Amino acid sequence: MSGIRRIPWMKYASASNFYPLANLLVPIFMSLALVLAAIGLHLGFFVAPIDYQQGNSYRIMFIHVPAAWMSMFIYLLLAMYAVISLVWRVKMADIMAYSLAPTGAMFTFIALLTGALWGRPTWGTYWIWDARLTSELLLLFLYLGYMGLYSAIPDRQRASRAASFLAIVGAVNVPIIYFSVIWWNTLHQGSSFSVSSGASMTDAMLYSLLLMVFACWAYTIAVVLRRAQAIILERKKVALWASQISKK
Amino acid sequence: MDIAEFLHMGGHGFYIWGSYGTALFLMIVEGVWVFKRRNKAKKELERMEADFARVDGQGMNG
Amino acid sequence: MHKMLWALFNRDMTLFMQRKQDVVTVLGFFLIAVALFPLGISSDPDLLRTIAPGAIWIAALFSTVLALDRLFSEDLDDGTLEQQMLMPVPISLMLLVRLVAHWVITSLPIVLLAPLMGLQFGLAFNEIAILTLSLLIGTPILVLLGAIGAALTVGLKSSGGLVTLLLLPLYVPVLILGTSAVSSTMNGVDVTAHFSLLGAALIVSLVLSPFAVATALKITLD
Repeated sequence: MSGIRRIPWMKYASASNFYPLANLLVPIFMSLALVLAAIGLHLGFFVAPIDYQQGNSYRIMFIHVPAAWMSMFIYLLLAMYAVISLVWRVKMADIMAYSLAPTGAMFTFIALLTGALWGRPTWGTYWIWDARLTSELLLLFLYLGYMGLYSAIPDRQRASRAASFLAIVGAVNVPIIYFSVIWWNTLHQGSSFSVSSGASMTDAMLYSLLLMVFACWAYTIAVVLRRAQAIILERKKVALWASQISKK
Repeated sequence: MDIAEFLHMGGHGFYIWGSYGTALFLMIVEGVWVFKRRNKAKKELERMEADFARVDGQGMNG
Repeated sequence: MHKMLWALFNRDMTLFMQRKQDVVTVLGFFLIAVALFPLGISSDPDLLRTIAPGAIWIAALFSTVLALDRLFSEDLDDGTLEQQMLMPVPISLMLLVRLVAHWVITSLPIVLLAPLMGLQFGLAFNEIAILTLSLLIGTPILVLLGAIGAALTVGLKSSGGLVTLLLLPLYVPVLILGTSAVSSTMNGVDVTAHFSLLGAALIVSLVLSPFAVATALKITLD
């Protein structure tokens, strides 16, 4: 009957409001990301002076630091959506959490890779087992675990709740991991490297860094909203299919 | 500024362009993937709705 | 109520005793994994002493993950687990009892064998004592945390790799504490702090983990 169209929409009541809003926001944030990144990179490469200790390699900072921050912010946000989804059973919160994970994992990977590429000219090695790099690596495993568990459980409701619970356990564990790794590091290595020391920040560096952080945020918002839209449509397709089958 | 000199980055070109290149590549790939995924889902859903509406002998209502 | 819990404990113990090969598998895995380190790295005594805490701890850690596979899966298949969830005792308490039984069966033998492994790696007696003590306090934490992962993946086909991925980040702090207790002893550093932290971690996971496992089981058995 005329219920074909209505059943899935009612089931995703908040999704029906979200979808057109996302349509509006995605192009805005995508263009914002491009403009901010363009200005940020211009400042970072043409205005900011060369560092007398590190040479030009410090310019990796303008992508490394935003990526590392995003990797942590996104996990925090994911865990918050996981709480909302688990406690109040808000479907949209689960879709948001699930949409955030791949982007968070990607930023974690970028942070690790750019950290290695920065480390080589700065410390003479691609990888050191320092507290930050090690925690970042474990963060990548937390993202992969969340996505792995979500996709391993066939029943979607159960997958969503199990993965949300895991995300919360992981979020509780992140500070414990971080401090235990710092502690381990002080036991095993005499000196620890500090990334920020040495390079004194000029205004141009600071503004470039801030602009790149905002650009990454804008990019994340655009991509995550788009992915959430895709997930809504894919789930709606399944629901529509099911409702059609059950009518026969 | 000389282009070659800019790309050389005082000997750190590989590290700097390696970093930005990979980051840019991954972000473009992710963006394109996500946009394609949405468009594909949209098309499939619309086709499905049209098919079901025809089966039911009812017009589209929405 | 404690009669019921005691019966539950006994049931798990008898069941495990009937399936001795499971225990043997876990122990065999532990022994082989430890033996592979000298074969894979070097027989140099100094080097072996350095890697001993890490090698034995990592082998114990993976043995724990291996054993977790059997924690819930068979009870889920024959419906026992759902029956147990309906028992007139708090689920978290029921789970705590089962986890203790699981630890006694699968981890205690590892703890008891650890001194022998320590001898193979040329550790001194006080170092062996610290190693065994760190495993005695550390392996229950591994089981308690591991049960969360086992509960989240119960009933999934080929969940072994996934459980490992979920658990390793949780295990890192325990591994760090346990191994550094031993290596600090080797370097003549006082290890009171290590054991205070390990003890605190054990208490916290004893209190919180059964609730977390209960929540996870309720989600996956929904």
